[in-house]
This record gives sequence, C-alpha cells and structure tokens, in this order.
Amino acid sequence: MTTLRLLWVGWRFYVKNLTLSGFFLLTSIVQPVIFASVAYFMFEAGARPGTLLYVALGAGMMGIWSSTLFGSGGAIQWQRWQGTLEYSIAVPPPLLLVIVPLTIATATIGLYSLTATLLWGWLFFDVPLDVANPLAFAVALPAAVIGLGLLGLVLASTFVLYRNANALSNLLEFPVWLVTGLLISLSLLPGWVAPISWVLAPTWGINALREAAIAGNPWPEIGMCLALGAVYLVIGHFALQHFERLARERATLAIA
Amino acid sequence: MRQDLRVFFVGGYLSYRALFNWMHPTHYIPTMLGAPVFQVLFFAYVGRFAQLRDDEFFVTGNAVQLSAMAGVYGMAMTIGGERWTQTLSPLMASPANRLPLFLGRSVPLIVNGFITSSFAFFVSWLLLDFDPAASQLPALAVVVAASAFACTSLGLVVGAIGLRARDVFFLANVVVFSLLLFCGVNIPLESLPGWMQAVGRSLPLTHGIEAAREIADGASLADVDHLVWTELGIGAAYAAVGYALFRLFEHEGRRRASLETI
Repeated sequence: MTTLRLLWVGWRFYVKNLTLSGFFLLTSIVQPVIFASVAYFMFEAGARPGTLLYVALGAGMMGIWSSTLFGSGGAIQWQRWQGTLEYSIAVPPPLLLVIVPLTIATATIGLYSLTATLLWGWLFFDVPLDVANPLAFAVALPAAVIGLGLLGLVLASTFVLYRNANALSNLLEFPVWLVTGLLISLSLLPGWVAPISWVLAPTWGINALREAAIAGNPWPEIGMCLALGAVYLVIGHFALQHFERLARERATLAIA
Repeated sequence: MRQDLRVFFVGGYLSYRALFNWMHPTHYIPTMLGAPVFQVLFFAYVGRFAQLRDDEFFVTGNAVQLSAMAGVYGMAMTIGGERWTQTLSPLMASPANRLPLFLGRSVPLIVNGFITSSFAFFVSWLLLDFDPAASQLPALAVVVAASAFACTSLGLVVGAIGLRARDVFFLANVVVFSLLLFCGVNIPLESLPGWMQAVGRSLPLTHGIEAAREIADGASLADVDHLVWTELGIGAAYAAVGYALFRLFEHEGRRRASLETI
C-alpha cells in the first residue's frame, strides 16, 4: 500500500511539475503539432489513400517518445543539477520507486501530444476521430504510456553513466520514430531492423492504438507493451543498483 | 578597422570555443552529425510510404535545411549562453564595435552548418537513392553555403530577441521546426495553402532548397543564380533586421537593467 501511494504521489507531483515546464510544452505540444502538420501535408499530397488517422496517431506517439526520451534520459542529471539527487537516494524507499514515477510521468506528459495532434488534425485537416473500439483504445493508451515510461527508466538509469546524456537524447529521437514505424510501415525498412523494433515499446504501443482505432485486435499488442515494460523494469532495477553502487564507491553522486 | 577585424575573427572564434560545449566530439558527433542523418532517413522513408516524391527530393530538402540547425541554435546560444554565464553585461560594457562583435559570431556557425549539410548529403549518397553527378557538387556547395548564411542571419534575429526574451531556446526550436513546415523541405511548396507559400518565400531556405533541387536534377549554377541571389538577399535582410534588433534591445536592456535577467 505504501509503495502504491509513493508511486501515485510521485507520479502526480512530476506530472504537475513537468506541465509547468516550457521545455516540455515545446516537446509535447508545439513540436508534435508542427511535425503532425508536416506529415498531414505529406500524406495529403502523396498518393497513399486513407491514412490521416494513421498519421495523427503516429505523430502523437512521436511526441510521447520525445517527452520520454528527453525527460527520462536526463532525469537523474536534472536531479543532480537541482541538488535533490542525494535526498532521493538517502530516503528510505529504494531509488527505483523514486525514479519510476518520474519516468512514467514523462511518458504521461506525452499524452498532451496525442491529444494535440488528434485535435489539430480534426480541426484543420479533417482527420476522422472515429475510434472503432473505444474501450480497447482506453486500455491501450495507459498500456503504451506504462511501456514507454518503463523504457524511460532504462534510459534514465543508463544515460546517467554517459557524461553527455543530452547528446544521446538528441541522437535517438529520429531513429526510434523511424524503426518503430510511427509514420511508416515497417515492411519498408531492411529486414535487420525488425528485431530492433520488437524490443522497443513504441512499436507495440502505436500498433495497439491503431488496432483499437480501426477495429482490429489490439490485445496482443497491449500485452506486449506490458510484458516489455516488465522487462524494462528488471533492467532498470539492476542498472540503477549499479549506478548507485558506483556513485557511493567513487563519491561521485553530486558531480555532474 | 584593424581592431574591428580582430573583434570579428578572434572574438567570433573565442566566443564559439567558449560557449559551445557541444564542440567536444562526444557531443558534436551525435548532435550535429548523427541526428541530422537520421532526420534525412526518416523523412525519405515517410516520403516513400506516402508515395509523395523520390529520395532526391527529401535528401536535398532536409540536407539543405540542416544548415539552419547550427545557425539558428548557435546564434540563440551565443546570446543565451552569455546570459547564462553572466558575461553579457561585461560584453555590452566593452567599447567594441557591435557590428563585427555580432557578425563575427556567425562565421563559425555558417561553416558548421555547411559541414552538417555536407555530411548529410554524403551519407544520403551512401544509403539512399541519391546520386548527383560529381560535376554538380561545386554548385551544390555554393547553394548550401548561401543557405547556411541565410539561416544564420535568421539566427541573428533569434539571438537578438534573446536579449529581451527569457527563453530564447524555446523560440529557436519553434523557428527551426517551422522552417520544416513552411520552406518546402518535405512538402512541395505548391501543395501548401497560399498564405503558407507566401510565408515560406519570405524565409531563408525556400529558394536555396529550390536551387539545390534544380542542381541535383542537372541544372547549372548559372541556371539557378536568381534563386541563389534571392536566398542571399533574404539572408542580408534578416542580418540587417537582427542587427537593428540587437542595438534596440541592447539600448532597452541598459535602460531597464534587464540584460542578465534569466
């Protein structure tokens, strides 16, 4: 019960905190709306028919990935800069339970992106907002957020070992948009890309949303999001333990 | 005159070295070379999926647009970085001529934008269906240099606004993303609504990209010289506006004692 309360309070705090950040306003609303507009114009001018809802969902998921990548990738570094990392580690609960709400909050903020791109598309590009299976869509959405948020945990716990974590974040935005098929069919990419896409939560998250939106069967994809999330949680747990041990041994906790 | 040249070259160089911590290879390679290449690949594949145009259209558009990244972000960082490190007031208190002081900072960024664009073209030649004739490369280089200059001039405007605005990086991001939307980078200009085409034609890049596409299709530099001159003219106009704003906001900053408000 205490654990659930800690996760809930932490998540709520970080969502409020990030909502007030100009940077996250940019990555979760302004940038996705601009990229969505580019995509809408491209698909309108292109020869492929009937794809605008497909594009709107993909553009929204691009925003969820961006806010997870930049938010979670720099999560521990930010705590260092703000001087709160020592307290986060010194408190009785494990560091994992302090960081997980933050990384899930960064993915949750991405929901603004999905909302913004869908509304923008509906208002200015006549994107149909008919979701065939609203219940499945309502389940797929938090499943995708949890999957991406826990992937964020892996980013947070591994990027911290790299001094220029924000450079890694800059590097990984477009490739993940590409290899997870957010705006394209994965069949266009070389065969060796497929296994990479399978281990990334955005692949299953976007497929779950699209299946729910077009009356397919999203449940296997939802299951994959959650299963991958569990794997990320285990990886993140050990990576955080490793980081904490190194920081204590080398007395580098507060050194940015 | 000699002192102004010194401020232009040495001042610009030192500012670049001092303010841009991403000059270290571990930061420069992922940010200025890696991410841009993936941008080109991403849009080339989206273009294939949307069945819009061939790879050459997207390679040329994005590779030229990438020259904006160094120019716009760099100039924003030039002002924002001075503010952040609390060195803006001493800089403004110096007797140095403002024109070379300001413009000198743009030269390394133009070179940087040129390198980023060239690398994107090179990797696209390796990985995508993009194969311009070797004889076209010098003309392409001229167009990229003109676009890098024009984008850095737009960056001058953003940087100048940074003297007044609290969050210049937010503005810089919006400007760079908007170039993707308005300048025909990934969307044929004629597919945009009329008002967006008009906005696009008043921005840097639009004419540069058009010229680069014609050159990639076999045109000579002489065939597209009107586009190159237009691009340079737009760049010069933005540089003039940027300088005027810089002086205005410097004056306002002194009057309101708000130069180093972060």
